[in-house]
Amino acid sequence: MLKLTSTSEDQTREIGRSIGALARQGTVIALNGELGAGKTVLAKGIAQGLGVQEDVISPSYVLMNIYPGHLNLYHFDFYRLENEEELLELGLEEYFYGDGVVVVEWAEKFSGILPAKRLEIEMKKSPEDPDSSRDLYVQLQGSLRLFSLKELEKRCCF
Amino acid sequence: MGHKTLILGIETSCDDTAASVVGNGRDVLSNVVSSQESFHQRFGGIVPEIASRRHLEVINPVIDEALAKAGVTFADLDGIAVTYGPGLVGSLLVGVSAAKALSFSLDLPLVAVNHLEGHIYANFLTGATIAFPLICLIVSGGHTSLLHVKGHGQLEVLGRTRDDAAGEVFDKIARALGLGFPGGPVIDQLAQQGEGEKFSFPRALMGTEGKLDFSFSGVKTAVLNRIRREKEQGKPLPLNDLCAAFQDAVVDALVEKSARAVEYLQPRQFLLAGGVAANGELRKRLRFRLAPLEVEVIYPPLEYCTDNAAMIAAAGYYYLRQGSLASYDLNAEPGLDLENP
Repeated sequence: MLKLTSTSEDQTREIGRSIGALARQGTVIALNGELGAGKTVLAKGIAQGLGVQEDVISPSYVLMNIYPGHLNLYHFDFYRLENEEELLELGLEEYFYGDGVVVVEWAEKFSGILPAKRLEIEMKKSPEDPDSSRDLYVQLQGSLRLFSLKELEKRCCF
Repeated sequence: MGHKTLILGIETSCDDTAASVVGNGRDVLSNVVSSQESFHQRFGGIVPEIASRRHLEVINPVIDEALAKAGVTFADLDGIAVTYGPGLVGSLLVGVSAAKALSFSLDLPLVAVNHLEGHIYANFLTGATIAFPLICLIVSGGHTSLLHVKGHGQLEVLGRTRDDAAGEVFDKIARALGLGFPGGPVIDQLAQQGEGEKFSFPRALMGTEGKLDFSFSGVKTAVLNRIRREKEQGKPLPLNDLCAAFQDAVVDALVEKSARAVEYLQPRQFLLAGGVAANGELRKRLRFRLAPLEVEVIYPPLEYCTDNAAMIAAAGYYYLRQGSLASYDLNAEPGLDLENP
């Protein structure tokens, strides 16, 4: 597990950019953290790292947004979903094994539906400075070989 | 009495299945939404929020009820209008397929309507006359956009949210305060008894660098931080004051950007649309701020602020009049943008 600390939104975005740049086709990123932890900010950075030109906005209501980039970004949000049946209706599996990179906010609500091989990111408000600092815990699940935590660590030395 | 042009509107872009019959783009003969009480009872309990299969189950009963309540039959209709995007593909397809089938079998013209553009037409369901060019602020759970509307189907996006939609932050803050869902009405109500000056929350992008875009994730985080600190002190939350200060911050940004757009483009009308258009403070402050700018300010009737099919039928009427018809290869477009031709 890799722990990264961000002291500002800009740094969170910067970490996101590095994650996006290292992501490969088929990478699924499960993003967790309480309201206001900065999940969408990180997703904005990931999008930039993937070469997405558009502004990434919160998918809480619309449940899913698609952004074209070097690799397409499929941006999901489970915040508003109440049961797994609703989720199955969205036809997520298509995207999990598709041509792009998937970011799922509030993934832990239905983690059973996610592919076993994925990148897990937990965002927490840093106890020392909960207003603006965030601790990011990044780990690989299911022996994901597509992503290098070492490389990410190297890129994220602020 | 002359014959009215009757359009059946169908809307399935998000949570609700809706159908409506509207005459001449403004007279609502019926407006049926599947989340209404009568449907809950008939279809056994709560309709799940997001389920295209549910749309499929209720689409025909909803259409039947819209016709029955309007006192018309399929033979009386002059056209079918349907939302084809943006939204969830599975949900959109149910409406689009139903509309195509009806259009084909009844030999009626088919009109495809952008859901967001549909919201604009909610304003004309009380008989107001459209006067282009106009500016419309659409504020809902999923969208916050400031539009320059030059004609039917001629839209330019002046600004939009760069992160959260306004309605979304209302709901998220309400949940954090334990106020339930939806958050808009209850926050609006509590804010009336609070003092917004007790707390100061940021207004993002208010300088010229933000142009006419919005950003609400900063105010959301600031309010959440404040809630946490208040809780740490172990005192009861000053709910009314928090709601007032939060609502002030969101409404300020919406009103100020709207005023800038009006000053810049000097339209004849300014329209409010979307679920958050029901917010009392927003209505009050907009009217006050725009009053000196010589623009007619129009608000939609409350029942047409949230998603409905009457607004789709109204938009469809104008499209039909100018001959903008869809063909049978019409498809659902989940990522439909406002500036698509």
